Amino acid sequence: MKFDDEPVPGYSLPILPGHVSPGRLERVLRAGKFAITSEIDPPDSADPAEVLKRAAIFDGYVDAINATDGSGAHCHMSSVGVCSLLTRVGYATILQISCRDRNRIAMQGEILGAAAMGACNLLCLTGDGVQAGDHPQAKPVFDLDSMSLLEIARGMRDECRFQSGRKIDMPPRIFLGAAENPFVPPLEWRPHRLAKKVAAGAQFIQTQYCFDIPRLRDFMLKVGDLGLLEGPDRVFILPGIGPLASARSARWIRENVPGVHIPDAVVKRLEGAKDQKEEGKRLCMDLLNEIREIPGVSGAHIMAYRQEHTVAEIIETTGILEGRVPWYPGRDNPSELNPESPEAQPEALEPVQG
Amino acid sequence: MYKVRRWVVRHARLFEWVYRSFEPLLVKLHPLWRRIGYERAEAPVKAIEKGVKGLLFDCQMCGQCALSTTGMSCPMNCPKNLRNGPCGGVRADGHCEVKPEMRCVWVEAWEGSRRMKYGDRIQVVQQPVDFRLKDSSSWLRVVRKLADQPRECADSGAVK
Ligand code: SF4
Repeated sequence: MKFDDEPVPGYSLPILPGHVSPGRLERVLRAGKFAITSEIDPPDSADPAEVLKRAAIFDGYVDAINATDGSGAHCHMSSVGVCSLLTRVGYATILQISCRDRNRIAMQGEILGAAAMGACNLLCLTGDGVQAGDHPQAKPVFDLDSMSLLEIARGMRDECRFQSGRKIDMPPRIFLGAAENPFVPPLEWRPHRLAKKVAAGAQFIQTQYCFDIPRLRDFMLKVGDLGLLEGPDRVFILPGIGPLASARSARWIRENVPGVHIPDAVVKRLEGAKDQKEEGKRLCMDLLNEIREIPGVSGAHIMAYRQEHTVAEIIETTGILEGRVPWYPGRDNPSELNPESPEAQPEALEPVQG
Repeated sequence: MYKVRRWVVRHARLFEWVYRSFEPLLVKLHPLWRRIGYERAEAPVKAIEKGVKGLLFDCQMCGQCALSTTGMSCPMNCPKNLRNGPCGGVRADGHCEVKPEMRCVWVEAWEGSRRMKYGDRIQVVQQPVDFRLKDSSSWLRVVRKLADQPRECADSGAVK
């Protein structure tokens, strides 16, 4: 798909009527296309090339890239840093802000900064507890919860005000997202809690890893019944999926990563396979194929931690994009290629003559 | 105390009723509070509030009580201080991500709310905590507000 007004790298699209952001993700979703997002594992490094290299893996396959914010309470390059580097060459990014590490003063400042750098999407998160990460001795901030963060961000955008009421000259034009986990207790409340998030300003939702299709189906049905999937204020839901590396790693994740629900049947399927890694990938494709059939689902969020290269294969094999090639730097004009993209490499490696 | 607070949530409807009866009483005492002066009443009332609510709810004295909207399960006992519902880390057995030995405050809250008459107030988005109010009396604040706006208080719901 190509929009006539596709951007010059680093520039945003015009905001269409009924849209809130100049970003491509909102356009794809509102156009009713099945959207794909994926996430970058930010480097433990100050090297900008490393960020571009990690983004290039997704070239042509994703509509937006999440830059995680201290995921799993581990320290990495900041989300704002990653987004800024990526938007400079034109990538669509999703800024993540977790309430764990910052108070409201810092978070609002960050929203302005990231929007100024061209980030068009914001995912408001509570964040894993510090006990889960590499700095369990850190002070958990939790000044706001994700619901309040959403409300405040919406106020900044729509009313041009900080939470304090002070005026903002140019508001951040951001498409607002939140996370939901339909797979953990209290299951019965989860759809309602999503409704609460929508009331607070959420326009898209990325869920925790889904390995349990019946639970997702149930959830989507109730979300539909609550009327959240219709009208101009509808919410777009992108269930999270990802390839599991092995039965052992599935078990480990289930025990150690907060909020990931993996049914026994999934572990068994992996255990029974000759090549568990391959089976993990196939399982992910099967999930994607099932998810796309669930009414009301608008896309998928692929989290392939340390298996980022599999994203392309998962998308190719399932044909989920139906021939659509999401914009990436250099898609239409090779001179704009991400300098760290493999396609750009041969030239860069040419020995200097003379 | 953990056991007491779980018992309270199991009897959320009773406590909702107690609270709703208690509110008009406190509001009636408005002339008394005014005579004493709200500022001077603050310390003793706060002490009583802290004692009672500490025992029943493990109250943390955030100063802006939300119990009537949280199934009588105090949200400040959530290690992430969430005020609007559970995080995504709740364990399969309903226990807390951060403190595995504790039931998730919000799983409790949901169950409590289902027992309450006005339990659906749990679906309303709550404002973030105002940290200036920490360690002040929530009761006096609510009473003062209600007494100052008598017309609005008629349908304001439970004391918090
Ligand atoms: S599991 Fe429940 S109590 Fe624990 S941090 Fe999450 S919401 Fe709070």
